[in-house]
Amino acid sequence: MAKKIVVDPITRIEGHLRIEAQIEGGRITDAWSSSTAFRGIETILKGRDPRDAHHFVQRFCGVCTTVHSMASIRAVEDALKIQIPDNARLIRNIIMGIQNVQDHVIHFYHLHALDWVDIVSALSADPKKTAQVAQSISNWPLSSATYFKGVQDRVKAFVGTGRLGPFANAYWGHSAYKLPAEANLMAVAHYLEALEWQKDVIKIHAILGSKNPHPQTFLVGGMSIPVDPDSQNALNADKLALIGKLLKKARAFVEQVYIPDLLAVAPAYLDWAAIGGGVGNYLSYGDFPMDNSGGIDNLYFPRGIIMGKDLANVLPVDEQKITEDVTRSWYEYSDGRADKHPYDGETNPNYTGPKPPYDFLDTDGKYSWVKSPRYNGEPMEVGPLARVLVAYASGNADAKGAVDFVLGKLGVGAGALFSTLGRTAARGIDCLMLAQKTELWLQQLTDNMGRGILEVHNAEKWEPSTWPKEAQGFGYHEAPRGALGHWIRIENGAIKNYQAVVPSTWNAGPRDAAGKMGPYESALIGTPVADEKQPLEILRTIHSFDPCLACAVHVLDARGNEIIKVKAL
Amino acid sequence: MHDPEKTLLEGSVSEEILQKWEARGVNRRDFLKFCSVMTASLALPATFMGQIAEAMEADNRPPVIWMEFQGCTGDTEAFLRANQPTAAEIILDYLSIDYHETIMAAAGHQDEAAKNATVEKYKGKYIAIVEGSIPMADGGVYCTVAGNSALNIAREVCGNAAATIAVGTCASYGGLPAAAPNPTGAVSVSEAVPGATVLNLPGCPLNAENLTAAIVHFLTFGKLPATDSFGRPKFAYGKRIHDNCERRAHFDAGQYAEGFGDAGHRQGWCLYKLGCKGPETFHNCPTIRYNEGSSWPVQAGHGCIGCSEPQFWDSMTPFYRRLPQVPGFGVEATADKIGLGLAAATAVAFGAHGVASALRKDDDSTVKRED
Repeated sequence: MAKKIVVDPITRIEGHLRIEAQIEGGRITDAWSSSTAFRGIETILKGRDPRDAHHFVQRFCGVCTTVHSMASIRAVEDALKIQIPDNARLIRNIIMGIQNVQDHVIHFYHLHALDWVDIVSALSADPKKTAQVAQSISNWPLSSATYFKGVQDRVKAFVGTGRLGPFANAYWGHSAYKLPAEANLMAVAHYLEALEWQKDVIKIHAILGSKNPHPQTFLVGGMSIPVDPDSQNALNADKLALIGKLLKKARAFVEQVYIPDLLAVAPAYLDWAAIGGGVGNYLSYGDFPMDNSGGIDNLYFPRGIIMGKDLANVLPVDEQKITEDVTRSWYEYSDGRADKHPYDGETNPNYTGPKPPYDFLDTDGKYSWVKSPRYNGEPMEVGPLARVLVAYASGNADAKGAVDFVLGKLGVGAGALFSTLGRTAARGIDCLMLAQKTELWLQQLTDNMGRGILEVHNAEKWEPSTWPKEAQGFGYHEAPRGALGHWIRIENGAIKNYQAVVPSTWNAGPRDAAGKMGPYESALIGTPVADEKQPLEILRTIHSFDPCLACAVHVLDARGNEIIKVKAL
Repeated sequence: MHDPEKTLLEGSVSEEILQKWEARGVNRRDFLKFCSVMTASLALPATFMGQIAEAMEADNRPPVIWMEFQGCTGDTEAFLRANQPTAAEIILDYLSIDYHETIMAAAGHQDEAAKNATVEKYKGKYIAIVEGSIPMADGGVYCTVAGNSALNIAREVCGNAAATIAVGTCASYGGLPAAAPNPTGAVSVSEAVPGATVLNLPGCPLNAENLTAAIVHFLTFGKLPATDSFGRPKFAYGKRIHDNCERRAHFDAGQYAEGFGDAGHRQGWCLYKLGCKGPETFHNCPTIRYNEGSSWPVQAGHGCIGCSEPQFWDSMTPFYRRLPQVPGFGVEATADKIGLGLAAATAVAFGAHGVASALRKDDDSTVKRED
């Protein structure tokens, strides 16, 4: 007999997500993805200075910080036809590159790993054997028996207090955990190492942009970090060297810890290469321009679409085919339509759910604050898997090499990519590609500076007096979690309309007018659940998407707000 | 080699405490360093180190319930970048973080049970931390966790806490969700739970070093630090950015960057004309900076946006428009007049700099906010 269960909150994600699932015979037969928080930032943007928008939208999310700034300034630059200096392109690529690398590592170790790694089991590991395992898969220096014994002692002392803090009341000992104790201990050590590593490597954002999270360095028309080899107040040889050192540190951890761990853990969970496939359609806007033409023909990750898992055909992207459907979301459109293109987007909240506190949502009606984006009417998965698949199928040599290497190591075919495990592996591949590429952009920036090219900002169209009366633009970005688009309409120097369609909106959205499920919902169908009171398997598949819900929900229509004047002194 | 500072530090913390920490896998050097940094962050004399060490001693780890409502997780991410102590040390050694959705292993019913257990067992003793604003409109439907509204949860958890720390500007003052026209009726923690004891640590995001310092202050003295009229601790928000700014000399000397990437900008001149809100903002960014002291906005060439001030999304925008009439080194002089005079001859600028320094003690005539 079917039974409906609820997981709320889904933890180890950004934001507020709730999953309701119907279970029959130990498998999920139906699922509903709901976001339960809403802020209304796009409404707040209306009437404001388009040059300020990137500060506001950056606060969509503090985990994938920078990504909305990036999409926002590209939208304004597209609207006003602004060409940025080459140095700005390179600084942006470095900032975005390390953002992806750092974010993926945090996701793997701190958000996703505990679905696969049993911390309690690590207490019974033999440190000597753990050292043997670690040394057999990598040259990473922190791999002695003494080192692992130290980590184990520290965890033992912590567990000995009887107060497990964030590790309390979890699914330890669950039958779905398959790793030997030694692999668990190694993973716990790397969990702690990665916590240290992430705060170090992201100092690149502080050097180039003052701080992280929420760097303050993007500008419409370029960047605000000055470059000058002859100034102590600008990016100079000393700071370039520090960035170079941090990039090497980032790359070493990815190559010697993250990828070997991924390849060591995956064989214990190969059944997950046949679970969690989802909609099978993939969208990537592509990113990381390799030249400063401003076009999309020379992006490191190419732009494209794959429909129905057909890797033989990568189709071009036409942003005009993107719509957002609100049939099952807590909104309604003023003209009663089910969907709209983002340029014309509006979002009138219309909450029809139960009054809190509640036990179940009305999943036959509207049930989420996330809208349902569609491409040509179809749901699309976005993220590292989409990015890597489009690159792989387009013949990108780096993607092809990395994907074939991973598939070969695991002894599986390309079909395994369309799964929970495939999504997790693709994130590692994406991370590796960028960890290896970002040094090139630093080198090119150094070369420019050596030739005396110091421009970081194009101020030709900085003043609103130089703008047309009306303009509109589309800004894209491949954020860690996938295809991100911002659409802006500018009128008389102010924001007329602003819409963002973000990765977790694509992935977490509910059903549409035609009843088609979103990627999360679709991926959960058929997932086994060994113990419905401890639905660890649901977390595995949902976490494989790396949900980011504050990003996904941010929209609201205008009620005619005004810009508040700067207060007088 | 003999290190007098080290001897002084070790001398003030008892051997017994150091040994207890070592038994728990924290070496004495790290622990002493932590106590020393905390003492300095709180602007206390070094003699307080022993007291801080005792407050942190043994497994008196205070339970913490960290709740996120209408936030972006930026303050959590800032916490993960903390260095003294690091996030790993805080999680394993200093606090018992019994509930934090972003990092905790449990989910759904199990994690709600963990939270409820702490509220029951440590009633009136745990620390509540809130990230993000709380929506009041339409019965609280704009933010729910486990089927309950943020407002209900905050009232229960903050209402029974020993103290509540609002991290970031959203929890402190409503922040971005409360910016005009405030679509969801977002408010701060102290507005949502009027009876609670709340310390505000604004900033977008907050500086993690200020959070660890505030917690240690509470553990050491059993009470929250002294605050200004906006509920911010004076140890971190007692001075204007402008007054501690490394570029202040350029302001006083009339040396302003006129455009991003121009010669003045590359030479670290004052960002006032590019919109810097430092003259109106109270925060310790210039002294502690971010990411282990790596940098802060002005150092990286972008003006301050005033992110630690209430309603800054409305009051400080447009961000790139210069503040009107910030007085320079005299009540009457403004940047334009100074700049005009200086354009004639650079030599005058050096002269003026000297004059400015001499007049610095009269700085009270510049912008001042009442506490």
